[in-house]
Amino acid sequence: MTVQHAQEGSLTRPTTTDTYYPPQKAGSLLLTWGKRLLWANMIFSFIFLYAPILVLVVFSFNDSRFAAKWEGFTFKWYGELLSNDAIISAFWNSIVVAVLSTIIATLLGTMTAIAMERFRFPFRKTYDGILYLPVIVPDIVMGIALLAFFALALDWINTALALPSDSALRPGLTTVIIAHVAFNISFVAIVVRTSLRDFNKALEEAAQDLGANEWITFRRVTLPLIMPGILGGALLAFTLSLDDFVITFFTTGPGGTTLPIDVFGRIRRTISPEINAISTLMLMMSIVLVIASQTLQRRRE
Amino acid sequence: MGKRRSLYLSFLLGPGAFWLLMFFVVPSLLVVVYSFMERSSSGGVIWNVSLEAYAKLFTFDPESLFVNDFVVIFLRSFWWAVLTTVACLLIGYPLAFYIAQQKPTARMILLFMVMIPFWTNFLVRTYAWKFILNNNGLINTVLSSLGMQRIPLINTPTAVLIGLVYGSLPFMVLPLYASIEKFDYTLVEAGQDLGANYFRIFTRVFLPLTMPGVAAGCILVFIPAVGQYVVPTILGGGKVAMLGNILAQQFGAALNWPFGSAIAVVFMILLMAGVLIYFAVEREEEAV
Repeated sequence: MTVQHAQEGSLTRPTTTDTYYPPQKAGSLLLTWGKRLLWANMIFSFIFLYAPILVLVVFSFNDSRFAAKWEGFTFKWYGELLSNDAIISAFWNSIVVAVLSTIIATLLGTMTAIAMERFRFPFRKTYDGILYLPVIVPDIVMGIALLAFFALALDWINTALALPSDSALRPGLTTVIIAHVAFNISFVAIVVRTSLRDFNKALEEAAQDLGANEWITFRRVTLPLIMPGILGGALLAFTLSLDDFVITFFTTGPGGTTLPIDVFGRIRRTISPEINAISTLMLMMSIVLVIASQTLQRRRE
Repeated sequence: MGKRRSLYLSFLLGPGAFWLLMFFVVPSLLVVVYSFMERSSSGGVIWNVSLEAYAKLFTFDPESLFVNDFVVIFLRSFWWAVLTTVACLLIGYPLAFYIAQQKPTARMILLFMVMIPFWTNFLVRTYAWKFILNNNGLINTVLSSLGMQRIPLINTPTAVLIGLVYGSLPFMVLPLYASIEKFDYTLVEAGQDLGANYFRIFTRVFLPLTMPGVAAGCILVFIPAVGQYVVPTILGGGKVAMLGNILAQQFGAALNWPFGSAIAVVFMILLMAGVLIYFAVEREEEAV
C-alpha cells in the first residue's frame, strides 16, 4: 500500500491509492481542474499587474522622441531629468513634506495609540471612530474640505494681521505638511495600537512592581517593545506622504509643487520618454520601501 | 484616575486630538455649513443661508433626467465602483487562495510581488496604462506600424474601468490573503468526514470564515473607487467624468463651492449609509 502525499494546494489529506473511492475520484478530477484554473488566474493576474509597469520601464530607455516607437537604447532621458530644475525642486519639496509630516504624525500617532490602548476616558469610543475616519473618507472629500478650510483660515489670519497682499499668507508647503499629518496620525495610530495590543502587559506591571515609575517603564519596557511597530507606522506614513497626489493637489499653492503634482501636470498632457524615466525612478523608490517594510515586519515577528 | 495620571493622559491625547479636530473634523463640518450657503462667484461663499445648492442637485426635470450630468455622474461612479469591486474580487479571491496554498518560500515571493504594485505610486500605475492606450501609445504604434488603423482606446469608459481595476487589485488581494492564511484546514477534513463535497465545503465553511477579508477588501476597493479623481482624469480625459471630477470642477473652474459641498455631503451620506447597512447586516448574520 503506497501512501501518496497530498500535493500542495489540494484540500485532501494523504490518501491511499490502491483502494477505489468513487466520490473522491469525482472530487479529485474537479480539484485538478480547479488547480489549473487557480494557476491560470495567478499567471493572468501577475501579467496584468506587471506588464504595464515593465513596458513603462523598458521604454524609459528608448532613444526616440516618439514615446512608444522603439529606436534603440539610451540613458539620455535620465540625464535630462537630473538637469531639469522643476523636477529636482519638486523632488526636494516631496522629501521635505514627507520627512516633516512623518516625524510629526509618528509622534502624535504613537502618543494617541498609547492613550487609546492604556487608558479609559469619557468619549473614548467616539474618538476611536473619529480616529478611523481619515482612513475611510475618500481623499478627494478630505482634499476639498481642507481647501475650503485653509482658504477661510488664511483669509481670517490675513485680515486679522492686516497683511498687505504681497506678504499675505497663502497655501503652500506648510498647508500640505499640515494636511499630510492630519491623515497620517490615523495610519500611525492604527499600526502602533496593533503592536501595543500584541505584547504582554504583565511586563509593564512587573516593571512598576519593581519600583519603576511610569516614565521609566515607558522608556525601558514599552518603547523598545513597540519600536518595530512605530517604525512600521512611520514607514507607512512616509510612503503615503511621498505618494499622495489628491490631498496635496487641493492644499498646495505657489511654490508648493511636490513630485506627484509635477508628474500629474505632465501625464495629464501627454506621454513621453521623460515621464517614463521619472516613473521608473519612482518605481525603484517604492521597491526599496517595500523591502524596508518587509524586513521590519520579519523583525516584528 | 489620579491627578498625575489624568495629566499624563491629556499630554498623550491632547496634541493628536487637537490636530484631528482642527484639520479634519472642523474642515468636514465646514463643508456641511458651506453646502447651505449662497454661492460667491469669486470662490468661497456668501454667508447667507440658502438651499440653492441642494435644489440644484435634487431638481429632477423628467425630460432631462438622463441628460442631467450630475445624476448621470453620481450613478456612473457608484456603478463603476461596484463593477471594479466585483472584478477585483473575482480575480483577487482565487489569487489570494492560490498564494496561501504555496510553500513558505514561494508564498513569500508571490506576496512580495503583490506588494510592489501596492506600494507603487498610483499616478505611475495609471500613467502606465495611458502609455499603452494613448493615441500615440504602445498599442496604436504597433497597429500603425503593421499598417492597420489606429483605434481610439484612451478617454473611453473601458480605459477608465481598466485603470480602476488595475489600481485597486492589490487592495483586494492583501486583506483577502490575510484572512485566507488564517483558515484552519482541519475544518475541511471535518467537512469531508461529514460527507460534504468540495462545493459545499467551500460555500458553507471556507467562504463564511474568510468573509472578514472579503469585507475588508471590498471596502478598501469600493470607497476609493467611487471617489476616484486620478483615473478618470488621466484615462478618461475629462470626457468620462466621475464624482471626483465634478467635485474638483466645482471647487476649481466652476467656482461653485456650495454646490461642490452639497455633492460631497450627499456622497458621504450615501457612503456612510452603505457602510452602516453593511455592518448591521453582518452583525445580524453573526447573531444567527
